[in-house]
Amino acid sequence: MSAAASYMKPRRLPKGGLIDRSRPLNFTFDGERYHGYAGDTLASALLGNGIKLVGRSFKYHRPRGILTAGSEEPNALVELRSGARREPNTRATIVELFDGLEAQSQNRWPSLKFDVGAVNSVLSPFFAAGFYYKTFMWPASFWERVYEPAIRRAAGLGRASPEADPDIYEKLYAFCDVLVIGGGAAGLAAALSAGRSGARVILCDEDYVLGGRLNGDNREIGGESGSAWAHHASLSLDALSNVRVLRRTTVFGVYDGGTYGAVERVSDHLLVPASHQPRQRLWKIVAKRAVLATGAIERHIVFGGNDRPGVMMASAVRTYLNRFAVPAGRRAAIFTGCDDAWATAFDLLGSGIPVEIIIDMRTEIDSRLTEKASRLGIRTVAGARVLTTRGSQDLKTISVRTADGQTSDIEVDLLAMSGGWTPNLALATHLGSRPSWSDTLAGFVLNTPPRGMTVAGAAQGSFALADTLREGDAAGAAAAEAAGGAVQNHPLPQADDEHISSKPFWYVAESRSKAFVDFQHDVTSNDIALAAREGFQSVELLKRYTTLGMATDQGKTSNINGHALMAQITGRRMSQVGTTVFRPPYTPVAIGALAGHHRGPAFKPTRLTAGHRWAEECGATFVEAGQWLRAQWFARPGETHWLTTVSREVREVRGKIGVCDVSTLGKIDVQGNDAGAFLDRVYVNMFSTLPIGKVRYGLMLREDGLVMDDGTAARFAADHYVVSTTTANAGKVMQHLEHARQVLRPELDVQLVSVTEQWSQYSIAGPHSRLLLARLLGDAADISDTALPYLGCIEFSWCNVPARLFRVSFSGELAYELAVPAQFGDATIRAMMEAGRELGIVPYGTEALGVMRIEKGHVASNELNGMTTATDLGLGRMMSRKKDFIGRVLAMRPGLADPERPALIGIKPAARTARLHAGAHFLAVGAKPNMGNDQGYVTSVAFSPMLEHWIGLGLIKNGPARIGEIVRAYDPVRNRDTEVEIVSPIFFDPEGTRLHG
Amino acid sequence: MRIECPFCGPRDASEFAYYGDAKRRPETSGSDVSRQLYEAVYLRDNPAGRHEDLWYHGGGCRSWLRVTRDTRTHEIFGATFAAGEPS
Ligand SMILES: [Zn+2]
Repeated sequence: MSAAASYMKPRRLPKGGLIDRSRPLNFTFDGERYHGYAGDTLASALLGNGIKLVGRSFKYHRPRGILTAGSEEPNALVELRSGARREPNTRATIVELFDGLEAQSQNRWPSLKFDVGAVNSVLSPFFAAGFYYKTFMWPASFWERVYEPAIRRAAGLGRASPEADPDIYEKLYAFCDVLVIGGGAAGLAAALSAGRSGARVILCDEDYVLGGRLNGDNREIGGESGSAWAHHASLSLDALSNVRVLRRTTVFGVYDGGTYGAVERVSDHLLVPASHQPRQRLWKIVAKRAVLATGAIERHIVFGGNDRPGVMMASAVRTYLNRFAVPAGRRAAIFTGCDDAWATAFDLLGSGIPVEIIIDMRTEIDSRLTEKASRLGIRTVAGARVLTTRGSQDLKTISVRTADGQTSDIEVDLLAMSGGWTPNLALATHLGSRPSWSDTLAGFVLNTPPRGMTVAGAAQGSFALADTLREGDAAGAAAAEAAGGAVQNHPLPQADDEHISSKPFWYVAESRSKAFVDFQHDVTSNDIALAAREGFQSVELLKRYTTLGMATDQGKTSNINGHALMAQITGRRMSQVGTTVFRPPYTPVAIGALAGHHRGPAFKPTRLTAGHRWAEECGATFVEAGQWLRAQWFARPGETHWLTTVSREVREVRGKIGVCDVSTLGKIDVQGNDAGAFLDRVYVNMFSTLPIGKVRYGLMLREDGLVMDDGTAARFAADHYVVSTTTANAGKVMQHLEHARQVLRPELDVQLVSVTEQWSQYSIAGPHSRLLLARLLGDAADISDTALPYLGCIEFSWCNVPARLFRVSFSGELAYELAVPAQFGDATIRAMMEAGRELGIVPYGTEALGVMRIEKGHVASNELNGMTTATDLGLGRMMSRKKDFIGRVLAMRPGLADPERPALIGIKPAARTARLHAGAHFLAVGAKPNMGNDQGYVTSVAFSPMLEHWIGLGLIKNGPARIGEIVRAYDPVRNRDTEVEIVSPIFFDPEGTRLHG
Repeated sequence: MRIECPFCGPRDASEFAYYGDAKRRPETSGSDVSRQLYEAVYLRDNPAGRHEDLWYHGGGCRSWLRVTRDTRTHEIFGATFAAGEPS
């Protein structure tokens, strides 16, 4: 019989465990087919099939097995699923088995059993702590071309799928009185006492079965087994309508104000999510109080070959045995410094697995334990150590040194180790609380948990089950009471006796072979010693120098051993060395879960105007303007280039008539007795003197004196104005005006409301625009030049709909803007097109609008870029000297008032056929292109169909004084250098005769 | 982080926009106004510890709030309307 065949022999016990033997499940690992049972994790199913080797280590590519039975697992990381759903670095110890599961080992090439990278182990001096820092210092270019690709190839973990994730993720808010984190003994007791008080309780547990250690340990509560008690407790909780139990849910972060982040793995245990179900759900839980019942994490011992497959945490061995009915080996030894691991020996023997030896590092051991072991025929040695382990791919022998210095080899394939337990306080430190060392508990505990949080059970260092139940019960009751619940008297569940004595032993100094501190990052005891020698002795430096605790497991199993080693090497106490704190997330969270539905087109909301459907029907091409979609141009059949379309639209507007949807411009309704005084305050120019029925162009500055936005304000009554803003700045201006109203001038009688979405607004421009409006509006409004002159505005009722008409122009043509309530926007634009058909009306988009504003020298967002002053834009004369306004004082600072500042001018290509590009910088002819010679830059360009050549706007030093001069527009990014003539920014109809029709 | 808006109740910090130091703006006339305004705009206080700053409830009632908090712990002691209590 070949070695491989014996390797694969199934190991499941004939009965017992929390698995459903009536539901066998098929799965594959590295392409081989296996089966497990419902209730298995991938790890228990692999062990149940006799598979110990599951991956290769990060740096040295050493064979690695399953170390733990929980989310702290550093070794057993696998790629799960295939194709678009392939997910790297999932922990086999918490992956719930499902039928059809596919898993692949990681970090090996060409195969798991024969890995070329294992040669790194031989070259290990080169991979010692600080190697990257020392070796790859120079030359810098080598980093990109040689070192980084080589290191990435050798030291990568799993591969993410290059395809888009086909699943959906969602986010949810939840509010509760008491959040219980962890569903072990303490958490269940806390949730029960809080839940029975009537408080709104949420219990989160990362496992799919509640109970925590109760399911892995052989314990009794109130006469029933621990796992049965946990099952009954979970049924009681499910029956309480005020309690929500979230299984498969990890609380990964604690945030300010009682906010907690949690991720629920809704469908991770299914081949594919059920239809309309998310793969995962992100919970943002707001809780008045929280009970942290996250238990403790067992520590490994640092000794030679402690990473060999077959060496496992003692508690994990019990979990696989008791919960999954899987003995992790055929012949076991125990290596420990605490009583707890002796239970592993008794449980194994109880299931018929021979235990060769219990090696306890302590010299004094509770006689009740040694007597029981001797009664069962187990050999025990006190004050002994495991020096090293041997075996090519998994454990074959251990080398044991007894107290008298004798060394002997013992053949075992399973070594269960325990260096004691560390309270799992990661979440409690997210807000900065620092745990302190307790000599009695040999672990870090929390004296001052974050506000609103109580720590209970093993997380608080209470390792006895009876204490854990009592503390959980009390913490749940106290939290419920603090949140307003009424706690009733209830009996406390009673637990059986146990031994919990423990003495910390961190490492075996006599070991000569590689002894691992951090399994996931391959940090050894030698690395810690090296860091100490080289002066990286603080835990924060140690972490960065050796990468201890910086892997995906954040050092859940390794940090404390590393810090203890550093303490021993440097002759300090643990309390002096201290510990690092954790940051969210507790365990890795998929980006997809954080994004939720915010991906692809749903990344942000899309805002559509009321005329959007009409524009689509007219063949519009749309462009994003903030969240809005705006029609960019309306190509006609046969038009193959956007410039053809845009030029045609400009010519038709200037020649006849065009209509453009300007609904996206911000509209703010300003009302109150002090509305005029308020606008005087926010605009540089006067608005209190604006006559009723008039519109005025206005400019706003920021507090620092730079231009914020421009637009118009129309006055409809003494106490009523309507302000318009640019599309991009609508929200910002609203915030700015509210700041001015509430913070700067709270005494003014003025109210603001955004009405951007309440009104549809269309710009009608061109020589025929008045004719069109006359046909459209009929008797509803008098639009004669006398009744509605340039910069006039009227309100009227049109077909029983309130309407507003503003005679304003951005294009320089005779133009109006017609506003109607948004629900009539679609009907209005259709009616307008119908009424204008004989007049040759065309729709035009934002590009044609842009061309026409450049032809007229109007500034827009390219010029209002947050770096320009009113004077830079040629609008300095608008700044009133008769009043104060926001930005006035700081706009007068010498730097902003400097006449040398680049100011607005127009440019034409010196050779009229040349094309212009925005972003080019101005240089004197013959000047060297450097920063010292930089004179300004081109802000906007357009092909003018009226002038039949390219035109542009720009900002250049001493601008207006230099009209007629020739300079260069130099664009090193696009490799262009064009001579341009400085001209007035008003290219078309400089007298403005067309405005007046 | 959560801020208790006096109008809307306790809300998630993502609904608010942060502005900075809530010290009253200097008057805009007088001999030293330029320096005072410069300091109010550019040299805002940001002490370690208890501090009053302005937040805008843009995702809610659009109130500007004066929020008292500890900049080291993010503990929020309370929030009032920047414009004063509504009459
Ligand atoms: Zn509010």
